[in-house]
Amino acid sequence: MTFATSLELLKFHAVAYTIYALIIVSTVAWFGYNLTQKEKVKSIVRIPFYGYMAFLVAGGVGHHIFTYNAIPWVSEDITRHDVKPDQEVNITVANHKWQLPQLPIKIKAHTKVFFNVQSKDLIYGFGIFRKDGTMVTQMQVDPMHKNDLLWTFNECGVYDITSTEYSGPAQYNEEGDDLMLVKDAIVVEGCKGGAK
Amino acid sequence: MSFMKNLIHGTNFDADSLNALQKVTLRAVVMSFLFFGLVAIEGVIMRLVKTGPANPLPKMFSHPDHFFSIMTAHPIVGIFGSTYQLVFAAFMFLVPYLTKKPLYSVKLANAVWLLITIGTALAWFAAFLWHYAPLYTLYWPLPADVHQFETIGGIVFVVGVALIMIGTLGFIYNIYATIFQRVGVHANKTTKELLISGFGIDGMLNLINKLRGKEPYTKEPALSLPVVAIFRGTVDTFLDAIVILGAGILVLVYLVADLGGVQLDVHSIDALLYKNYFWWGLDLVADGLVLIYVAGSWYLLATLISGQKLFMENVARAALMLELLVSWMVWSHHLLSDQPQPEMMKLVSGEMVTAFELLTQGLALFITLVTLWKGRPLKMSMELKYLLGGLIGFGLAVPAGIIQADMGMNRVLHNTSWISFAHFHIALIVGLYMTLYSALYVLWPLVTNNTQMYSKKLSNTHFWMYLIGGLGMGSVLGFAGLEGALRRHLYVHGEFGPYMILGAIFGAMIFIAWAIFLYNIVMSIGLKGLVGIFMPAKDKSASYGIED
Repeated sequence: MTFATSLELLKFHAVAYTIYALIIVSTVAWFGYNLTQKEKVKSIVRIPFYGYMAFLVAGGVGHHIFTYNAIPWVSEDITRHDVKPDQEVNITVANHKWQLPQLPIKIKAHTKVFFNVQSKDLIYGFGIFRKDGTMVTQMQVDPMHKNDLLWTFNECGVYDITSTEYSGPAQYNEEGDDLMLVKDAIVVEGCKGGAK
Repeated sequence: MSFMKNLIHGTNFDADSLNALQKVTLRAVVMSFLFFGLVAIEGVIMRLVKTGPANPLPKMFSHPDHFFSIMTAHPIVGIFGSTYQLVFAAFMFLVPYLTKKPLYSVKLANAVWLLITIGTALAWFAAFLWHYAPLYTLYWPLPADVHQFETIGGIVFVVGVALIMIGTLGFIYNIYATIFQRVGVHANKTTKELLISGFGIDGMLNLINKLRGKEPYTKEPALSLPVVAIFRGTVDTFLDAIVILGAGILVLVYLVADLGGVQLDVHSIDALLYKNYFWWGLDLVADGLVLIYVAGSWYLLATLISGQKLFMENVARAALMLELLVSWMVWSHHLLSDQPQPEMMKLVSGEMVTAFELLTQGLALFITLVTLWKGRPLKMSMELKYLLGGLIGFGLAVPAGIIQADMGMNRVLHNTSWISFAHFHIALIVGLYMTLYSALYVLWPLVTNNTQMYSKKLSNTHFWMYLIGGLGMGSVLGFAGLEGALRRHLYVHGEFGPYMILGAIFGAMIFIAWAIFLYNIVMSIGLKGLVGIFMPAKDKSASYGIED
């Protein structure tokens, strides 16, 4: 199983966590009901202590092994300094304003793009969003540090960017509009098979 | 009994019958619940603003200065003004009660609730009057940004937080001084014996001896398990107070310099290093003392409710030690989206050590459930209901956090409302507070000299409204995070509309539940009793349940 986009991952996560939440709530409810019963209930499943511990260890470690193998940007992120990107995008941010190299930033789908974002004053976040508001990717932008993100876009479309980290109320105007939101900041084209 | 009679005199509460320990406990509890009401109001305001332009609030609440001031005050009031006070009150009563020794100092206990109350009020006023709004994370250099915030606001805020931390240090001193007092059952114990027990080393040695086929290191540990949890969690409380005080002094230096006309270079402080320092300290609350205190509270409640000995007590003692060590090494999961953070720290601290919390919290859950099971059939009392609610809260919130403490998931979940609602709001509102409500129902007869609760129906209504409101708000807004909703962002145009409307409805349920709870308590103790709690105690005893 591999997730080509963050949207696929988040959909999978929503379903998996919903199932988990329903199981845990109903298990405690079942447990609470049976605590009050005089007659002994038949166990649906007998959980040995060390089996339970092994399950927790497997869950904690297995989660990371699963994501490392199923989410392509994990290994890309770890090895990003050894990868030759197809395109570099250098961005500066100061006084709650982005300085973009061009508008829109044009990117070819399925290529490796290296975003290099530098803050001159505060901590910001660099977030790329789809038109429906869902997040494509993001990173924190720490001032006076090199903040780089290697990303492969597997979906064509037009994307917005904004800060994903709070940097004070000056990010907004009096009406509450986000001044760091740049609409249509990134255009990704050239998907295989003409897919979106 | 008529409404007016109840409102003034309560059921059978007599404030004059309370001793000094009971009164100081109740004073902190009262302040805690008043702050909880404030935090619930703030929460509802923020939720309503995000429902969009049709929200019924005056326009000023949607102004970014005002909105983020509320967001800054909200966790200070919630975590310190309410939660810290309630936890400290419970522990300053429980430690003397469980060790059968008097509290070291009632005067100091009074100073603790006063300092925390005044400190919280100052921090709140700094946000309310001067719109000082760097949020609780105080990411450098934002708290020293004098272009966005008024310097005086920042100074008042930092002084407020410093008072809270000084109060916290007072609590810590009182707890350890009580534990190490060599009186009563500990008259013949040495400091070394108490230390070994406090750190749970006796439990670990018992386990090792068992594996080696030897006699247990000790059959009667010097300290009971809940006291061990308090002892251990308080280590994190101390370290956290020192870190927050340190950060406060740094901010204060910059702000005072600005007031004196000197502009210090904010970039002489490395923002990433500061972030590591700050999260190390702050995580001692979120991933340290909260989990340790909660585990200890679960063990105490499970044994009291079931009347059984705790299941696998030695393992539980040893696990509390492990939890303490884990809590010192997990902070990097907050920096998985910070690209300059070394990858090895992300992998080891951020992912691997953090995953241990699944083990330690899962173990606490298991031990609590088995202990309860051994005591069945049990009556579904209020304390049992709340305890089960607390277990659900952490059963949901801990995995939600572990899921995000992953380099792959964090890339798309960091700073979204997933972490703030599916993880820490459910952990705090449902997990922690329901555990505390359970403790409150257990301690109520002890602290109030068997005062009858006004209405069981209202207790039940509070339980269900609070549980549904907490779980509903946490899950709905958690899922909004999966749709891209950011947690520290102002949305005024109805973005994520259905989620935000449902979030506001569930949030309002929490507020209404609090109002019902408050009404029930006031009708139980009466306004006269409420005032009486704050009057000096005639009986100066600093203990409960032991002969002088």
